[in-house]
Amino acid sequence: MAESKYLTEHYGKPEYCTLDGYKKLGGYQVLEKALKMQPQQIIDEVKASGLRGRGGAGFATGVKWGFLPNNGEPRYLLCNADESEPGTFKDRLMMERAPHQLIEGMIISAFAIKAKKAYIYIRGEYTGPAAILEKAIAEAKAAGYLGKNILGSGFDLDLDLYIGAGAYICGEETGMISSLEGLKGQPKLKPPFPAVQGYLRKPTIVNNVETLAAVTYIIRDGAAGYRKYGTEKSAGTKLFSISGNVNKPGTYEVPLGYKLMDLINIECGGMKPGRKLKAVVPGGSSAPVITAEECERATLDYECLAQMGTMLGSGAIIVIDDSNCMVDVLSTITHFYHHESCGQCTPCREGTGWMEKIVHGIVHGEGKPGDIDLLLKIADQMKGRTICALSDAAALPVLSFVTKFRDEFEYFIREKKSKVRGGQIYAQMHA
Amino acid sequence: MFKLSEDGLKYVKSELTRYETKQSAIIRCLYRAQDENGGWVSPEVIQHLSEVMEIPAAQIEEVATFYTMFNKQKVGRYHVQVCCTLTCGMLGGRELTDAMMKEAGCKKTGETSADGLFTFSKVECLGSCDTAPMLQINRDPYIESLSTEKAVQLVRDLRAKAKGH
Ligand SMILES: Cc1cc2nc3c(=O)[nH]c(=O)nc-3n(C[C@H](O)[C@H](O)[C@H](O)COP(=O)(O)O)c2cc1C
Ligand code: SF4
Ligand code: FES
Repeated sequence: MAESKYLTEHYGKPEYCTLDGYKKLGGYQVLEKALKMQPQQIIDEVKASGLRGRGGAGFATGVKWGFLPNNGEPRYLLCNADESEPGTFKDRLMMERAPHQLIEGMIISAFAIKAKKAYIYIRGEYTGPAAILEKAIAEAKAAGYLGKNILGSGFDLDLDLYIGAGAYICGEETGMISSLEGLKGQPKLKPPFPAVQGYLRKPTIVNNVETLAAVTYIIRDGAAGYRKYGTEKSAGTKLFSISGNVNKPGTYEVPLGYKLMDLINIECGGMKPGRKLKAVVPGGSSAPVITAEECERATLDYECLAQMGTMLGSGAIIVIDDSNCMVDVLSTITHFYHHESCGQCTPCREGTGWMEKIVHGIVHGEGKPGDIDLLLKIADQMKGRTICALSDAAALPVLSFVTKFRDEFEYFIREKKSKVRGGQIYAQMHA
Repeated sequence: MFKLSEDGLKYVKSELTRYETKQSAIIRCLYRAQDENGGWVSPEVIQHLSEVMEIPAAQIEEVATFYTMFNKQKVGRYHVQVCCTLTCGMLGGRELTDAMMKEAGCKKTGETSADGLFTFSKVECLGSCDTAPMLQINRDPYIESLSTEKAVQLVRDLRAKAKGH
């Protein structure tokens, strides 16, 4: 197996961004097919395809759609294009290279779940992709793919873009809904889940950009066709964002189940000359780190990574070589979570603050004996006790870094300098 | 006293009916007002928006404070936001910020250079880690695949450009 350009087949072609170019390459044909199906047939097909959410949690998409109550209330479809999990940049590529692919996937999905109104929530910094999407939405409207009575089917859909303004927490689905409602982007307690009570307390389905784009391919090729890629439990292809110390970082689409080391060595051209792999963060900054030895066994699917105690997450792979100090790397992560905690829950607000402070102290050569145990204790107390999963997401990297690279943390505390990088402390490392 | 331009007022009026509730227009209107106010959201901006949008000032203020892309303090003409998270942090984002700040004459982040041109912020992952280290100035297209030398040169170029105008 090698890189499989399935969703990304036409990404190299500039005309794919325009309505005409997209249509010439087969675009909006699946929509015509879908509008002739029964909505339930589409949901069943998505269920049978085994598609799992590409935003991070990996929840089965068809199952989520099945949670919508049949109470006659208006329904909303919300596309999560907040893409703020450190290491993730594949949704940006999708929106830049294939805005109509997302729009087509959204129209089909909205038809399936009987939503008449859909939003794309895009992070505020993505001004370029937002402009591309605005233009594509206008084109689709003008061509009758959006609006009233789409292609004579009787189905109406209004699609609009909503822009964020800098807050990782708005990627969490209930935080996103608060933000869309014009409030602070603070998450809400679940249940009720958004599928039951979401935007304006109405049933709302939140799905990631890549998830919604994949729906078109499932309808085009059928669940069985889609399942030609991937494994039994991790069906389809996935776009991986790879960054860090490899020769060719970028976004690569491979079938789920692909070997991590093949992705690093084949697609990404391996490590930099003279450097050795030390660790990989396999699913965005929230995913526990794995060591070079573990990488040898890792395949890129939900089960394998879960068995290794980590996760596929958003498919953001950060490759770390032996020139990096793990204490220093962790310090950027603890800073991130402290900065992004919305502050509603005490364990998260306080815990992220303490963890940042302790790791910051160690990396500045001011670590104290007992810091490691304190870190582990704080992280442990942050798990499973809060409104949203950010608290867990902040705790997991700390637990894994400190456990798997304990020698580096101990050395730094004892010697007041890094075990790598010529024994420096922060000020020297970053001079 | 801050007041939106004619066009700005028209924009705000049309945004108010764009979404299901008018509150949902707050973010877009804050961006517009921030741009018209030289890059920051002053208390006057909030007051004015509150009157024009007929939304309590406290509610607008809450939104303005929650999101990092609204500057609650004056910034220079170029608000340089350097990513210093995970990948960018590993690949030199932090060193690069310090070097740029030195060139621009800023002692710390958040402080504007004496010539009024530069303010620096260290920001979190901007979703462009394959081109790390990288930065964004104001809300303009990303500047990617930087080195410390290129970044320092960028400060010089921007300064030359500003002087030429
Ligand atoms: C702190 C936090 C941040 C998140 N950020 C994102 C994000 O940027 N993009 C995204 O698609 N999902 C993100 N998620 C997951 C969403 O809550 C939600 O599960 C997802 O959008 C559902 O779509 P999917 O099922 O298609 O993956 C985040 C979750 C948490 C807890
Ligand atoms: S866990 Fe953290 S980010 Fe999530 S709601 Fe609580 S305080 Fe906010
Ligand atoms: S870490 Fe800098 S763009 Fe992602």
